[in-house]
Amino acid sequence: MRSLKLVTAVAAALALAACATQPTGTTSSLPAHPGVKYGKAMSDLDADAWNIDIRTSDGRGLPPGSGSVADGKRIYDQRCVACHGPDAKGGSVYGSMVGGFDTMKTDKRVLTPGSMYPYAPILFDYIRRAMPMDSPQSLKDNEVYALSAYILNLNGLVPANAVMDARSLAAVQMPNRNAFVVDDRPDTKAVRCMRDCIK
Amino acid sequence: MARRSLPVSTGDLTSASPPTEAEFQPLSRDRRSFLRKSVAMAGGALATGAAGISVAQAQALTVPETNKAMGRPIPANEYGMPSEFEAHVRRRRTDVLVNKQNFSDWSMTPLQHQHGIVTPNGVVFERHHAGVPDIDPAKHKLVIHGMVKKPLQYTMNDILRYPSVSRFHFLECSGNTLTDWVRNASTTVQQSHGLLSCAQWTGIPLSWLLDEAGLEEGAKWLLVEGADGSGHIRSIPIEKALDDALLVYGQNGEMLRPEQGYPLRALMPGWEGNTSVKWLRRIKVSDQPWHFRSETARYTDPLPGGKWRQFSMLMECKSVITRPSGGMNLPGPGLIEIQGFAWSGRGRITAVDVTLDGGRNWQEATLEEPVMDKCLTRFRLRWNWDGKPAKIASRAVDSTGYVQPTVQEIGAYRGLYPGFVQHHNGVFPWSVSANGEVKNAIA
Ligand code: HEC
Repeated sequence: MRSLKLVTAVAAALALAACATQPTGTTSSLPAHPGVKYGKAMSDLDADAWNIDIRTSDGRGLPPGSGSVADGKRIYDQRCVACHGPDAKGGSVYGSMVGGFDTMKTDKRVLTPGSMYPYAPILFDYIRRAMPMDSPQSLKDNEVYALSAYILNLNGLVPANAVMDARSLAAVQMPNRNAFVVDDRPDTKAVRCMRDCIK
Repeated sequence: MARRSLPVSTGDLTSASPPTEAEFQPLSRDRRSFLRKSVAMAGGALATGAAGISVAQAQALTVPETNKAMGRPIPANEYGMPSEFEAHVRRRRTDVLVNKQNFSDWSMTPLQHQHGIVTPNGVVFERHHAGVPDIDPAKHKLVIHGMVKKPLQYTMNDILRYPSVSRFHFLECSGNTLTDWVRNASTTVQQSHGLLSCAQWTGIPLSWLLDEAGLEEGAKWLLVEGADGSGHIRSIPIEKALDDALLVYGQNGEMLRPEQGYPLRALMPGWEGNTSVKWLRRIKVSDQPWHFRSETARYTDPLPGGKWRQFSMLMECKSVITRPSGGMNLPGPGLIEIQGFAWSGRGRITAVDVTLDGGRNWQEATLEEPVMDKCLTRFRLRWNWDGKPAKIASRAVDSTGYVQPTVQEIGAYRGLYPGFVQHHNGVFPWSVSANGEVKNAIA
């Protein structure tokens, strides 16, 4: 009984793996699932401390809490200014985090959160996981909301009295929201000319 | 003075400025007599004694000291290192584009010194977003959750218990060659193309663990996230995850180096390096991509009209001549074996053509076995250099029929300008002057 069960499980795993490994029909084929399972079951709650990703297009995953532009400036001047400079205009280790929206059609594109984030929750996701660079994941959620509010305000995208929370942050309209297109390569169409190729 | 055994001097790579004569000094004594007169005259330090001799003249042999003494004894324990005479073969921090800090930064592989297709682990290029963490494998965990039937946790011991898979694949940063679209900014191929390496990777298919967790209906994307200070993260389409994606712990026969993701990294064969997330700690399944900063503000490609191409993760077919390449000096007219690498994120390399006249005429080079899927492929072409100025370049074709374009051809579709523009797979010419100097000729 037991062994029959195992055989069925292995067969099912193999069948699954067989269709799973070649959905796009590329040249590589990897060996089938060996039919052993070493993962330990856990609940999604067990992953809570690690579960920090935000789906930035609609803000899914943004935690409770809120923060104001004014609080953001206060925290910024303590924790961020050394590297990013006053008013996020550029500092000792990183360039400006302000403006550049209208440089996109020029050959001097200025890349900032204002110009390069189609969705405002990217600020929350990135600051919470990676900033301040010398002490990442040390900020409280309220502080991350406040810093997001402050950087958006410096970019002229929210007023000075703005308070950001899960709902208001996801609702901010970013200037280059529609600037991103999905990969459509190959775009080039080079041909394999062998003789007299330069006319 | 270090000795070199190659007939082509490789220059020193410490600066972004053109190599000076001094950097060509470390040639062995017997090499000097091979130098052409013009080179010998130009290099003050070299133009001593027998300057002007252009016919090879061997010297009488004496018994070397190494024949007359015992060598170093075998130590009780050791991790062997390269010869002290190979100290110039170094991974080097980016110095053409210099970042203001060296935590979110990169270092480049000395491709001009690589023999064969495998990059030694100590010189595999690096790109980190917050430096290199040192992770105790006994404490490391991998989690799979989100749209799965059974969220799972793995220790490194769990992962090492599975049967393993080994695959040779190249790894290239999307930013490779970005300093050299419209300017001859780099001197050497290490500076222009050194965000490229190739290794044999060992681990397990990612699909195995996804099968185990059980994908829920509608699962279309997953995220891979690192345990480093940047929590580096990318969204990956489920098709890639189920196709050839690996979770690897081994690299060229040993555990991953810390700077390559020890103890566990994702490996997305043929895709831009940063999708092969290092120090992998978490995989979450979803129905949509997340649009992280690493997918909008970075790792996107400017198009004409202010648009940006997103999720352009595949590294298209590319090749470069590594010998002779920028900063080298040809010893004189005669046989030169042109060598280089070709690779494609779409499959195998099927042909490489080489031009000696700046792209007017091309001839097919020899591909050296093994030629593998999404792997560096060696090409070679014997060239009888007549001593006249030349412009050499390679052009690769892959198993989908895609032909490596020139920068001009790429420029017809994308916004190119000096700046942070990714995915440069353009044909890369080197000029050879009459006195044998090899220089970047992209612009
Ligand atoms: C030790 C220096 C340092 C400190 C302190 C620091 N940062 Fe940063 N920050 C950086 C660097 C370097 C980068 C670029 C990292 C990269 O691109 O990989 C960066 C990038 C960013 C970005 C992304 C900018 C863009 O254009 O996409 C944001 C937002 C940011 N930091 C916010 C903050 C905030 C808020 C703080 C304070 C809580 C902070 N930083 C503190 C060094 C620092």
